[in-house]
Amino acid sequence: MRYSALRVIKEALTGHKGWTPAWRDVTPQAHYDYIVIGGGGHGLATAYYLARNHGAKKVAVLEKGWIGGGNVGRNTTIIRSNYLLDGNEPFYEHSLKLWEGLEQDLNYNAMVSQRGILNLIHSDAQRDAFTRRGNAMILNGADADLLSTKTIQKRYPFLNVDNARFPIKGGLAQHRGGTVRHDAVAWGYARAADQLGVDIIQNCEVTGFRIEGGRCLGVDTSRGYIAGGKIAACVAGSSGRLMSKAGMRLPIESHVLQAFVSEGLKPVLPGVITFGAGHFYCSQSDKGGLVFGGDIDGYNSYAQRGNLPVVEDVCEGAMAIFPMLGRVRLLRMWGGIMDMSMDGSPIIDRTHIDRLYFNGGWCYGGFKATPASGWCYAHLLATDAPHEFAKAYRFDRFEKGQMIDEKGVGNNPQLH
Amino acid sequence: MIINHPLLGPRDSAEFTYMGDAKLIDRPDWQEREALAKFIDYGYMRDNPDGVHRELWYHEQGDRSFLVVTRDTTTHEISAVELARDVARSRGRSR
Repeated sequence: MRYSALRVIKEALTGHKGWTPAWRDVTPQAHYDYIVIGGGGHGLATAYYLARNHGAKKVAVLEKGWIGGGNVGRNTTIIRSNYLLDGNEPFYEHSLKLWEGLEQDLNYNAMVSQRGILNLIHSDAQRDAFTRRGNAMILNGADADLLSTKTIQKRYPFLNVDNARFPIKGGLAQHRGGTVRHDAVAWGYARAADQLGVDIIQNCEVTGFRIEGGRCLGVDTSRGYIAGGKIAACVAGSSGRLMSKAGMRLPIESHVLQAFVSEGLKPVLPGVITFGAGHFYCSQSDKGGLVFGGDIDGYNSYAQRGNLPVVEDVCEGAMAIFPMLGRVRLLRMWGGIMDMSMDGSPIIDRTHIDRLYFNGGWCYGGFKATPASGWCYAHLLATDAPHEFAKAYRFDRFEKGQMIDEKGVGNNPQLH
Repeated sequence: MIINHPLLGPRDSAEFTYMGDAKLIDRPDWQEREALAKFIDYGYMRDNPDGVHRELWYHEQGDRSFLVVTRDTTTHEISAVELARDVARSRGRSR
């Protein structure tokens, strides 16, 4: 069924009796050409682009819970492509371009809102770094705009530009950045993939891999054995847990990142704003809640909840730049598990096991990467060659000394 | 989280800096034949288990000791805290 304004009107007049489920509830078949493990944003996008770009016919997405119940439902919904390094920027810019056409492509309202993202500058050194980053972005075809304090004050009068310790000295804006309704991304990809014949199998947890002679033949699941031509792991957050079933160790630690939503407010915050001196980022959802977050807690965790010191740190960051938030009440807070890789960048690559592929290590930047991650992973799966935008995201970059370390902190997962 | 420091008693985890898997105590010998491969593994590869994890915590805002904390990564429950010095010595790391 195609969604359109006409359809909405027709259904409204006929008692909404014509709507059908957005995707089929299927029982798993015995064999698929491609098995994507993980029905999050990346997994569903991978399945969709496998079918759409590469004409793959027998594709299954296995999800242990329900679609959109993992990290795609737990993030702060920001999209942007403001990266510095060559290995990253073309990839994220490709992703932002895909976001721009996503809703038409999927025929689904994902509420893509290019309200802009602003990274605040608090020192001369930071201005130099952000100028350099802005230039790198422009060289890669992205947009970047260095704003003066005066412009920022005019656009965002509520910002405390005279903070004694961290005065705001300017900002790097990416006007094409913004936010997307995260659940709708999962649902939109699921529906579009389903229409191209992809089987989405929920409540189907992978319990083991069948590996013989260095080749992966299929997966054991809570709904029985499923054989596959190519097996694609795509479970960032649980990568360590899943890949250990294939006997693999990864250059990844799992950490917990907390996020917060305030009570609903009238529109007060246009766009996304990040505090450059601490680690704090904030936007306002269409429902009115302020969505914000900060640093990861900084220790290995698979528990989807964090601890109070980080809550305090995040709220201090909030108060430093948005004193107006002082009396806003917190509505909800939660934790999500991040694949923190050794250099802060992801991995989209083959593994040493034949026919077993890996996509993970997204740290806490996976949501914005969803379309390009699916696009490039599907390309790798279909052609066995890395996509040109993801060719740096290899397992062997660590031993070769080709780390993609945006932050320049080395192999300390808790610091990225 | 409260870490029960063997010398100082219960301390807030915010006083500590997390330093990763306690296996990092076992730094490879640079003169070994397989030293390069072992250092790549030491530097970049992690077990990252869900469940019991032995890990290093550095008491940066305290007495600057390194601790080996045994903690469940699915519940954050801490079951044992040792001085990393004692752990390293028991493994023959230094005398």
